[in-house]
Amino acid sequence: MKRFKLLYDIALALSLARWRQTMVAAVGVMFSITMFIALLGFMNGLNDMLDGLILNRTPHIKLFNEIKPSVHQPVQLASEFKDHFNVIRSVKPNGGRLEIYNVNAITQTISKDERVLGIAPKITVQAFYSIGAIEVTGVIDGIDVEAESNLFHFSDYVTTGNFMDLKNIPNSIIMGKAAADKMLAEIGDVIQVTTVNGEQQQLKVVGFFQSGLRDVDKVQSYTSLGTAQKLLGVSRNYITDLQIKLKDLSLAPAMAKEYRNLFDVDAEDIQTANAQFETGSSVRSLISYAVGITLLIVAGFGIYNILNMMIYEKMDSIAILKATGFSGSDVKRIFIMIALSIGILGAFFGLLFGYLASVFIDQIPFNSAAIPNMKTYPVNYSLKFYIIGAAFGIITTYLAGWFPARKAGKIDPVIIIRGK
Amino acid sequence: MSTKVLEAIHINKYFHTEQTQHVLKDITFSINTGDFTAVIGKSGCGKSTLLYILSTMDTDYEGDLLIDGQAMRMKSELELARVRNEKIGFVFQFHYLLNEFSVLRNVMVPGLKLGKYPEKELEHRAMEKLKIFGIENQALKKPNQLSGGEKQRVAIARALINDPILIMGDEPTGNLDKKNGEIVFDLFKKLASEYHQTLLIVTHDQEFAKATDRIIEMEDGRILTS
Ligand SMILES: Nc1ncnc2c1ncn2[C@@H]1O[C@H](COP(=O)(O)OP(=O)(O)OP(=O)(O)O)[C@@H](O)[C@H]1O
Ligand SMILES: [Mg+2]
Repeated sequence: MKRFKLLYDIALALSLARWRQTMVAAVGVMFSITMFIALLGFMNGLNDMLDGLILNRTPHIKLFNEIKPSVHQPVQLASEFKDHFNVIRSVKPNGGRLEIYNVNAITQTISKDERVLGIAPKITVQAFYSIGAIEVTGVIDGIDVEAESNLFHFSDYVTTGNFMDLKNIPNSIIMGKAAADKMLAEIGDVIQVTTVNGEQQQLKVVGFFQSGLRDVDKVQSYTSLGTAQKLLGVSRNYITDLQIKLKDLSLAPAMAKEYRNLFDVDAEDIQTANAQFETGSSVRSLISYAVGITLLIVAGFGIYNILNMMIYEKMDSIAILKATGFSGSDVKRIFIMIALSIGILGAFFGLLFGYLASVFIDQIPFNSAAIPNMKTYPVNYSLKFYIIGAAFGIITTYLAGWFPARKAGKIDPVIIIRGK
Repeated sequence: MSTKVLEAIHINKYFHTEQTQHVLKDITFSINTGDFTAVIGKSGCGKSTLLYILSTMDTDYEGDLLIDGQAMRMKSELELARVRNEKIGFVFQFHYLLNEFSVLRNVMVPGLKLGKYPEKELEHRAMEKLKIFGIENQALKKPNQLSGGEKQRVAIARALINDPILIMGDEPTGNLDKKNGEIVFDLFKKLASEYHQTLLIVTHDQEFAKATDRIIEMEDGRILTS
């Protein structure tokens, strides 16, 4: 420890003798870590926002019944054709029931599953909005208002009106803003919808809904489960989708498979449904890491230069240290200490200024009609970026210092002294 | 009853440049405790080269070197550094003081490296050494605020800080004017007579050489008389 202090004193004296260059090198590290933190915070803020736009509202697993031809055709069940190679053309689906059978039993089983955060039933109704004589296609989802809001942030996207009215006011509807604009519908108006079966129904507009994706808002509307069942003229057990939210999103593919076999329904996991979003996020992260690390490497060269210069200028000092009993590794340690001090100092201020830059970005107003509940630029303050930034900063400076330090350690004092 | 501080046994040294040059030829001699020895010889006869080998800084030689009875041949770089730190003091033509540190701190550095005494005590000891050379009132100055002669005296004080068994000097007055040179010479004599310090000094100055106990004369890589 005492020896360490002596080496540190010498390192400090050497860097103070060249404090301007030392400062420049430290500022280089600081700048790159500041950029790294600000960039990653901002990029990941955007990622979270964009992911939120889709993923927050997407169930981790969706159970439903798809209309498709039966996998087992009758001819395969017949014993006399069992050993034959059967070619069947033009297979058509039959039935066409979208309803999930035994929905209550399934709901109960899933609710008991430890891995599940919550479950929200949904009925999808194909319908037409009637505007005078014109009819516009639309999709009306019957939802359990509370579950939908708790699990999928439904209330965040209801920009006008109170989302609970959907539950409390019978025959009410919350319309997509774009669809409502097209129909010139105001809150309190009564609109007419027609289902594909020809049923007509008057619904009262209690709110507007903005998803951030205009194409969705043009067609999508919401009613309560009961209203949707009434629209279709079906019983209270009729449910077309069960939307499941998990505690751990990464389990979705495996659990979807499990439920598919267990309940004999179709199950789709979020990863399969939204693969492209994850790609987008990871590419954005990758770019920020690449930029940050490039900056750090540039800063590393700065440190490399200053140390080389210092060693060149301090040959005499290195020679006398060695002549008076400092070993090569002592000398090497001195220069690595200088590099690390620059790195630690730069990293500390880099993290600080990176945080301040993030706070600053967080204050910049950002208004988008598409994302109603966002007022300023999004920033992610994850501790992870700070740890990675600091670690990379210190590792880079260590490596940048290592080569010059090794060179200093190998200096032969005889050559220096003879040269005088 | 004097013991051998240093012993050189059949030391040979070659420089391999364009053609191989045999710089030191079969150097064998020893130095006893308390000896005040001068090494003289024409320029280029190998005095500095010999001193670098004896100081353990140059390890590229043939033959054996014993310091304080221990063979240096098989020692690692780390062990040799330790020997230099503990047992040898070196004074060069140039002072090699660290301008970033005060005079006092410069004297202390090898002592701090050795770590034998606590810092306070070491500081006191360094002050004592500076007093021997009459420069204790310069202790807190930076080396570049000192005169050439004063710097060289600080360098000698630094060589003494760990109470080495041997001090080597390679023309320690070579860079000084006559007056300052004489002051430094007198200090070496004082070290020898009053403190019984073992000294091995390379010099060109006949006057100085005559004042020592023993003269080793070199010519063309060989020892003539010793
Ligand atoms: N690194 C080297 N490479 C090749 N030859 C060298 C090297 N160093 C010294 N020599 C040669 O070795 C010989 C002895 O040099 P050295 O410096 O020991 O002489 P010296 O006796 O100290 O001379 P001076 O009194 O001028 O200081 C010289 O001929 C010199 O040219
Ligand atoms: Mg010489």
